[in-house]
Amino acid sequence: MIKIENAIIYDPINEKNGTNDNIWIKDNKIVSPPSQGKVAEMKKKGQLTTIDASGKMVMPGGIDIHSHIAGPKVNSGRVLRPEDHRGDTIPRRNQLRSGVGKTVPSSFVIGYRYADMGYTTVMEAAGPPLKSRHIHEEFADLPFIDKGILVLSGNNYFVMKYIKENDYQSLKDYLAWLIDVTGGYGLKLVNPGGVEAWKEGNELIGIDTRGTSFGISPAEIMENLARASEELGLPHPVHIHTNNLGHPGNYQTTKNIINLLKDYRAHITHIQFSSYGSNQDDPIKFRSESGEIASLIDNTEGITVDIGQIVFGDVTTMTADGILEYNLHKLSGNKWVNTDVEMETGSGIVPMNYSSNNTVNTIQWATGMELFLKIKNPWKVFLTTDHPNAGPFTAYPHIIKLLMDNDFRQQLIEEMPDKMKDYTDIANLNREYSLFEIATITRAGQARALGLDKKGHLGPGADADITIYPGLEQVDDIEKVFANPEYVIKDGEIVVRNSEIIERLVPGKTLMTKPDYDKDIVNKMRGDFQKYYSISIDNYPVTDKYLKNFEVIPCR
Amino acid sequence: MTAQTKQETKNYKNVICTFCGALCDNLQVTVEGNEIKKIRKACAISKSKFKNALNHRTKPMIKGRETSYNRVIDKASQILAQSKNPLVYGLSSTTVEGQKAAIKLTEAIGGNIDSTSSVCHGPGTLSKQLSGMVSSTLGEVKNRSDLLIFWGANPVEAHPNHSRRYSMLAEGLYIDQRSDRESIVIDVRKTPTAKLADSFYQVRPNQDFEILMSLRQMLKGKDIPGKRIGGLSKLALKKLLTKMKEARFGTLFFGMGLTMTRGKYMNTWAAMNLVKELNDVTRFVIIPMRGHGNVAGSEITMAWNTGYPFSVNFNRGYPRYNPGEYSAVDMLARKEVDAAFIIASDPVANLPAGVVDYLKKIPLIVLDPHKNLTTEIADVVIPTGIKGITMPGTVYRMDHVPLELRTVLPQQWPGDEQAIEKIGERIQS
Repeated sequence: MIKIENAIIYDPINEKNGTNDNIWIKDNKIVSPPSQGKVAEMKKKGQLTTIDASGKMVMPGGIDIHSHIAGPKVNSGRVLRPEDHRGDTIPRRNQLRSGVGKTVPSSFVIGYRYADMGYTTVMEAAGPPLKSRHIHEEFADLPFIDKGILVLSGNNYFVMKYIKENDYQSLKDYLAWLIDVTGGYGLKLVNPGGVEAWKEGNELIGIDTRGTSFGISPAEIMENLARASEELGLPHPVHIHTNNLGHPGNYQTTKNIINLLKDYRAHITHIQFSSYGSNQDDPIKFRSESGEIASLIDNTEGITVDIGQIVFGDVTTMTADGILEYNLHKLSGNKWVNTDVEMETGSGIVPMNYSSNNTVNTIQWATGMELFLKIKNPWKVFLTTDHPNAGPFTAYPHIIKLLMDNDFRQQLIEEMPDKMKDYTDIANLNREYSLFEIATITRAGQARALGLDKKGHLGPGADADITIYPGLEQVDDIEKVFANPEYVIKDGEIVVRNSEIIERLVPGKTLMTKPDYDKDIVNKMRGDFQKYYSISIDNYPVTDKYLKNFEVIPCR
Repeated sequence: MTAQTKQETKNYKNVICTFCGALCDNLQVTVEGNEIKKIRKACAISKSKFKNALNHRTKPMIKGRETSYNRVIDKASQILAQSKNPLVYGLSSTTVEGQKAAIKLTEAIGGNIDSTSSVCHGPGTLSKQLSGMVSSTLGEVKNRSDLLIFWGANPVEAHPNHSRRYSMLAEGLYIDQRSDRESIVIDVRKTPTAKLADSFYQVRPNQDFEILMSLRQMLKGKDIPGKRIGGLSKLALKKLLTKMKEARFGTLFFGMGLTMTRGKYMNTWAAMNLVKELNDVTRFVIIPMRGHGNVAGSEITMAWNTGYPFSVNFNRGYPRYNPGEYSAVDMLARKEVDAAFIIASDPVANLPAGVVDYLKKIPLIVLDPHKNLTTEIADVVIPTGIKGITMPGTVYRMDHVPLELRTVLPQQWPGDEQAIEKIGERIQS
């Protein structure tokens, strides 16, 4: 067993706010304190490892609900950007494999850097189903963290066909089959309907236009998928990248989506990119509309969001929203990758740089910060950078400092272009996050939104994924505290010790879910599949060969 | 046939052929005992490869003498352990599992690793790094593409079922029949693909770059000097460009006629930019006609492991990338490596004579299921399974669609992954 002694515990799910206590770990789980006799026996037999956590903060392992960490898009980003990797090299160390870093690190390095930061679970944000085997292959080389795939389903042929035909039962069966055969965890909708429109050479505005050959609207797709996702009992609700993302004035679309889905559970991702007002007469063209969005989120029960906070510096934007990347390419003139995937999705990649001297970029930065500070309920808002789109995940400690330290934040705002303040009200917000709130937006809330009952808390029965940070008194810089945990325990195994990652690869698990469905859906799909896909439906499912280390999270 | 000798018949459906980058996954194979009896839906190349799979197999050899499997693994380990700067090369015809093992081994011995990509479609990847690339999977082409351009590519001979499954002759969601799409071949000679296409533009050798740049200029509404470019009249170019602009969804397939002729990566750079710019007026994609069955996989596997697609050096314990410096041909030509481990490739048949001469002089290990010119001169030959026939694994199609291989015949030797891992273990111990 492992005993973490004298910990200062931040565990929002169990309402522990700086509570001094011990944590006991047996195998890969947190357990209730054993009897004194049992403790004495273990001590005698040398079976007890004690970690002295006096003065140190202990939180559940960090959870990232939305990050691009594996698969064809990420890997294409790696190939595209040798210039991104050159200055950031990681040599082989004992059994740790070598690699490269910066905005699109190699697989091993993604695992090292999440673990190094105290994160133990990460969701791959956008898996194209046809290429999901590739994602699982990378997962096998992505150590230390548990991970799952959000499967792209907002522009799939069979989704649109069954909605068009009013065949709701087949839609549900198809979605469950899709999650099953791809080894997926949840449903991801990216610009629903809009990506198909892009493939047809059109652009859709709003959510009510029937602008594709299927003759259905984005609203119809979202509502059907939200309903199906609930009825299938998926642990995580529909995960939505809104239509018209990045466009001035898109906060109206976002409000329409939240209102459309108000009777369901839904997660809206990187909402910072979807909270812009429009200033047609102004050279800047847009402004932050964080206020209306924040209050709508606080007042709509089933909605959670993550931010996608802008971080100044280099990024590699990548998304299944093909037309968005085309627009970014036209805007920036930077190199552009586009890959349309038959029957399912689009995708694109454009390298960008966010500058703190650029008014537009600082408005985007402020929009994210405002949403963090204006959304009152920390269980509804999660820390992400939509890695590597708005910034790299390695910037989380910096963002935590921005949220916890108003002076630090105001100092940065001072250095930004004055004009930024005409389009935002970030300079007037003085809220500072508490450690309890930080623990909520970086693990507890994310676990709840993902339906991971055994993660995000430190109660008995929880997975032993634990991070021990130095106390704020011990290291007088919030950013350094969160960047350098002293211990990270994953599934009961110490993987970071004295702020150093162990020199051995410890595999994480693949998190999947397996909703029930009528297996006859395969026969129903077979005709169209064989005609319009370029591979056989029998070669489509990801077999057990690729799933050596997994856990099935039960449906609700 | 008596009851005793009667062999069990097995039928396999949806078998994947791994011999070219099109990775057809619809073959039907009938096996009797340990023999492939019938292959349906396969092209002529594929049929012959399946039928001859068990012929010309390698055996464990050291310096031309047959020996045990263990001995060749030992000898290979010794050579690589003693080498100061080894080269691991090939990869395009092994599985992802074999590629992963090769990268791990190269990292452990601090060597260089490169794939046949660097002498084939590698320039296309270099130009992608410069400009990006607008592409799609082959099913998109089948379903949507009403204009197909084959530039320096000859699928009728190199990827025989490509036309029927994905392109010229395929039917798809928005393409009901062949007449719904137009196909154009641009090449230096009238290839069999050109004969099948609707029109053929014969260009002068080594002037593809000029033609592509002229099309880009004309797309921007600018005039170009002269009357003819690369053997084509300005009028012909204008007509071609009009077709491109008027297509609903155009596809440009390119082959080694673009990547390995004068200009190399600048040719594909120009083509990728042209396609990018065409997306301002319509939808257009570009797809490389990758040759070897898993050459796309070699770049993909290298990228998630090292961050780079090929030409990687591990001398410093971390990956460094520099084609030209760390590419196999260049290192061999400069005599910088002192041992070579060839995995599923035949450099003696494909690389320049000077390079081959140097390969003969240094310790040379070959891992391959079949005899070839390189196994003939190798110091150590390691036999292995045949991917997709006796060896399972993962392969990536030219458009990066991953497929899982199954086997139809029992394996005689450990596979690529196992062989490479064993070598690594012996070096460590």
